[in-house]
Amino acid sequence: MKWLSKSYVWVTMAFLYAPIAVLIVFSFNQSKSRGAWTGFTWNWYRRLFTNEVIINSLINTLIIAVISSIIATVIGTLAAIGIVNMKRWQRSLIMNITYMPVINPEIIIGVSLMLLFVWVKSIGLQIEFGFVTLILAHVTFNIPYVILNVMPKLRQMDMYVYEAAQDLGCSPSQAFFKVVIPEILPGILSGFLMAFTYSLDDFIISYFVAGATSQTLPITIFSSTRPPVSPEINALSAIIFMVVLTVLLLVNLHDTRIERENQRGRRGMGI
Amino acid sequence: MKKMICLFCTAVLLLTGAALPVSAEVQVGDTGYYTRFQGQGKSINVHNWGEYISDGSDDSLAVISEFEQLTGIKVNYTTFSTNEEVYARLRNGGASYDVIVPSDYMIARMIREGMLEKLDFDNIPNFENISSDFRNLVYDPSNEYSVPYTWGTIGVIYNKTVVDEEDIGGWDLLWNQKYLGDILMFSNPRDDFGIALKRLGYPMNPQNTQHLSEALELLKEQKMLVQAYVMDEIFDKMVGGEAAIAPYYAGDAITMMADNEDLGYFVPEEGTNRFVDALVIPKGSREKECAEMFINFMLEAEVGAANAEYIGYSSPNTAALAILPEEVTGNPVAYPSEEVISKTELWVDLPSEMNLAVDQAWTELLSADEEYSRWLIPAFMLICIAVSVGLNISRSYRKKRYGK
Repeated sequence: MKWLSKSYVWVTMAFLYAPIAVLIVFSFNQSKSRGAWTGFTWNWYRRLFTNEVIINSLINTLIIAVISSIIATVIGTLAAIGIVNMKRWQRSLIMNITYMPVINPEIIIGVSLMLLFVWVKSIGLQIEFGFVTLILAHVTFNIPYVILNVMPKLRQMDMYVYEAAQDLGCSPSQAFFKVVIPEILPGILSGFLMAFTYSLDDFIISYFVAGATSQTLPITIFSSTRPPVSPEINALSAIIFMVVLTVLLLVNLHDTRIERENQRGRRGMGI
Repeated sequence: MKKMICLFCTAVLLLTGAALPVSAEVQVGDTGYYTRFQGQGKSINVHNWGEYISDGSDDSLAVISEFEQLTGIKVNYTTFSTNEEVYARLRNGGASYDVIVPSDYMIARMIREGMLEKLDFDNIPNFENISSDFRNLVYDPSNEYSVPYTWGTIGVIYNKTVVDEEDIGGWDLLWNQKYLGDILMFSNPRDDFGIALKRLGYPMNPQNTQHLSEALELLKEQKMLVQAYVMDEIFDKMVGGEAAIAPYYAGDAITMMADNEDLGYFVPEEGTNRFVDALVIPKGSREKECAEMFINFMLEAEVGAANAEYIGYSSPNTAALAILPEEVTGNPVAYPSEEVISKTELWVDLPSEMNLAVDQAWTELLSADEEYSRWLIPAFMLICIAVSVGLNISRSYRKKRYGK
């Protein structure tokens, strides 16, 4: 039975990673074909860095992801703190509203945001479809993820610690920054990372709110169909995959090192 | 966390640093004309097909950054994938574009609905480079709104090792029973019905519902021979040898033939479709003169040649053709003879009830002979319901027993 469970793990791994492996392999393919292997080349990587359209939309995507996730993290964290201190029925009402964008199909959010921006434009406010609308939309759909990540941490937190800090002479704002924020920091960070990834990932909503001045990478890739998508995209995906992989490895290494140090420290204290 | 940010920043820096444009100083006709707006901080929004402009890779001309350097006008360049997408973008009124590149029938529709600006040809002196074959075409009869950018024909790509020489020549090949399961067809109604209509000897644009239903019968008959209805999967399937016969655009046929030398190409003798993608300025453009300057720049000989070489589709620009290498302009796939061109037809903008009829016929074609599915899905759902009810009953039964 043991071989069965082992091979099950490997089959699952293969399902998850085979597509990525194929993608990376074909980023080195000489021809544009995604089916036939014709020889090894670095050409697509070289071309990628001179392709203005792809590079520009990559930069757009990164800037939008950074800005929107930072704004969403600030708003979401503050909202979570407010929600925790509400009365029970208010809290459940607001939380249900928060869940709504998460469970709603993206296309509905996309279309409704587009209609909203068109309406705002029609009443005379100058809003340019493009960078601004993309950031507003990304902030909007990112806020719930931050709230949902910060809430549990806030609930775990011992409110007496905050009160104790004030008893010991902290002003409310000092207590907030020195006690509450460090306590819920893991929640804020994971909320931020989630917002960041969702923003990088998003296609459907961006598709509706992107405009004449800027578009994100997923839209650029989607539109390269007439002459079909070139292996430059494979090369870019391979680079992104490697960056994410190294970051993950570094973070994991860092964590295990800290853990080991903690254990050693405890042993040293004779516990 | 710090490390992560550092790494990220380095990656971004690397990417942006490497992306600096390589300047290659393009020769233009009248430099004074192009420098009019220098230093005024103007910008234009250009909306084009994906991968549809020479971008500086492989030492080609980086058209956009050349234009920016020359004129001082910033270009916001975005891309789309279908004509219908552009139409929707313009209609919903969110974005304002200065230059877009739709295809023939969509231009006709936009003109009819008053969505395009008339061009001021005094600002586009290079229009003289456009071959007379591409002026006053049916979608813009008096040539007031558009300047052709690329064109191409549809032909049949086939695998020489599978298809016998005597079978090629006409659209008949797509109905040849010998190649059961080796045939690919377009996954869009206009092209498939056009081909069927042409084989019946009718014009490619459906004239009436009678013609359309005959074409539908013909396509239904063909359906069992067809391996799949696809668009750009054709590249992989033809190059990889999974399929042997497919109709597709000439420019892409050249790409496929370069990847697999067993592939051949012919334009059916009955005639075929010719498409033209053209530069137009939509209503609502804020910088019309800058947009016209951009259009003029695209018509420069060197720019036109660079684009034609990068995209692989044919160019209507005679000045560009003059400086393109012989192997490009002499290729009969991209630049077919007068005789072939004279037998081509352009798509026209169909009246809306005809559009609807084509869509209905297309749906009928795709759902034909799939009648088993009428029972398959309800039966499957019933089984699912039965299984879940069964599971629940057995669970509550077991619970009761263990409960006691």
